[in-house]
Amino acid sequence: MQTAAAVSAAAQSAAAASRRGKERSRRGIVATERLVKGSLFACAMLSVASTFTILAILLWQSGQFLAMPEASLWDFLTGSEWTPLLGAEKKFGIWPLVAGTLLITAIAAALALPTGLAVAVYLSEYAPRKVRSVLKPVLEVLAGIPTVVYGYFAVTMITPILHDRVSESFGTYNALSAGLAVGIMILPVVISLSEDALRAVPRSLRDAAYAMGSTRFDASVKVVVPAALSGIVASWLLAITRAIGETMIVALAAGIRPQMTLNPADEVQTMTGYMAQIFSGDAPAPSVEYKSSYAVAAVLFAITLGLTLLGNLVLRRFREEYD
Amino acid sequence: MKMQALLVSAGALLALALAPAQDTKALKGTVKLDGSSTVFPIAEAVAEEFSKAAPGVEVTVGISGTGGGFKRFGAGEIDMSSASRAIKKSEADACKAKRIEFIELPVAFDGLTIVVNTGNTWVKELTIEQVKAIFLAGTAAKTWKDVDPSWPADPIRVFSPGTDSGTFDYFKEVVAGKEGKIRADMSVGEDDNVLVRGVEGDRNAIGFFGYAYYAENKSRLRAVPVVNPATRKAVGPTPESIEDGSYAPFSRPLFIYVNRASLDKPAAAAFARYALDHASELVGEVGYVKLPAAIIDRAKANLAARRTGSQFLDADGKDRHGPLAEIYK
Repeated sequence: MQTAAAVSAAAQSAAAASRRGKERSRRGIVATERLVKGSLFACAMLSVASTFTILAILLWQSGQFLAMPEASLWDFLTGSEWTPLLGAEKKFGIWPLVAGTLLITAIAAALALPTGLAVAVYLSEYAPRKVRSVLKPVLEVLAGIPTVVYGYFAVTMITPILHDRVSESFGTYNALSAGLAVGIMILPVVISLSEDALRAVPRSLRDAAYAMGSTRFDASVKVVVPAALSGIVASWLLAITRAIGETMIVALAAGIRPQMTLNPADEVQTMTGYMAQIFSGDAPAPSVEYKSSYAVAAVLFAITLGLTLLGNLVLRRFREEYD
Repeated sequence: MKMQALLVSAGALLALALAPAQDTKALKGTVKLDGSSTVFPIAEAVAEEFSKAAPGVEVTVGISGTGGGFKRFGAGEIDMSSASRAIKKSEADACKAKRIEFIELPVAFDGLTIVVNTGNTWVKELTIEQVKAIFLAGTAAKTWKDVDPSWPADPIRVFSPGTDSGTFDYFKEVVAGKEGKIRADMSVGEDDNVLVRGVEGDRNAIGFFGYAYYAENKSRLRAVPVVNPATRKAVGPTPESIEDGSYAPFSRPLFIYVNRASLDKPAAAAFARYALDHASELVGEVGYVKLPAAIIDRAKANLAARRTGSQFLDADGKDRHGPLAEIYK
């Protein structure tokens, strides 16, 4: 009895002590919480602030470029000649660079979007667990390869094959080689995001399809893929955005000649490739061609921003809810 | 204490003993050089050797092109500007406006080299008229057949240095003259290695750049002999033909321009002297042709006396033309 009382007394005093401890540190807890919240907010603001700083610098420098006597907004937005490194012949019409970017992106998309979706369907609907456990890490490795390596791969592997096996008209620098390398680079993006979307489709939909007599192919193509469409399209748009912004591969493999062409054997220059060329020392700092790269960057920014917005719209428009 | 004093005096003695070779070991500071990609191999080789002789000095060598280098030079951003042509009046005026005086140092000869793919079997030599047919804006031959009816009807692909390069300026002056225009549908870049790879991979490509880039890639490209307008003989670029001037009209001198104010910095002054002392041995290594000793001596004298201005602009600022040996008499 006595011991029990002693124990309960001890327990009471311990509880009281811990209550006192809590009361004492409550102020400390509040302060810590505030500090955590504040620093998290600061981190969030950092990313927002850097986005807006970059945007402001782009617009400000683009304005300086357009104010230069060699350039004008009308020529910049409508011109079909881009020859900034040709002295007396300097012309700043953005379209050849846009055309180069679109050609590369179209080639990359033609390779990566269908292939990526097919691989995703295979991984999600067909592949035995063992195959999956090998394929997934391999794809992750593919995603981790630095793009400069893809650039070398394009110049030293793809281009010689195209030149020797396909046509002699493929020179050292050509759109197809760079486009294919960009396509391989964005493949993991399409696969991994599309597969996530496919796997998120509830089991019950597949079961229902099978119950109606579907084959696995029917279930995949007619039920699962449409159900996951918003995720798939979002993965496509993200991949296209990455292809448009890709720099190192095109700087090494696509070439240095901006021209309006649809011929994949031709040499092209993309917007990013031009910026890389200018910033790697082809133009002195205050010159008009140096400033022009900011205007090109602003256009590129507008394009990728547009695609991102489109992506959000698609996500909302095609989202299927099953809960 | 005594021991230290002894050491110090021993060090001083040693320094004295080495003094004739100029005590560059103790030098500190930076030297900034930018400009021609053609001169780059020379500037890089000099900088490399110099950094062994003067480990405390940091030398940076850029490749903005001759024009780009002069823009930075005229803005006072760099100590020295390398150039594959003589300074233009407009550039000299820009320096004057910023009160920048310069000393002109010729360092080597170059033969601007026209190259084609090794698989090109039809171009044996080019006359200046044919070069014009390929490169001028007005003619801008679309296919090889447009240049010579016996050549294949395949499209020509042209690789050229950018207009900030002295190589382009020199080529333009020879081929197009003051008023003419070079075609715009070319692959244009200041990095000569990009041009080398471009011509190497395309049977129908043609390009041009400094001799050193050809010398370095002899197995990957073919240099086209150019018909000398005076003798009517086709001459290929070789160290001999460049030096004796028979590789005409594409032989030309290369320069380093030094900001006079930078010579007050011991590191920059030592670098300039070092460049002239060793240019003749180094230029051969990197693929250029050394200048006659008389011209180097004249340049050394100009540097020692800090004689400013360009020999290629007369007192009225007019261009002077002619062989280097005539101008540097």
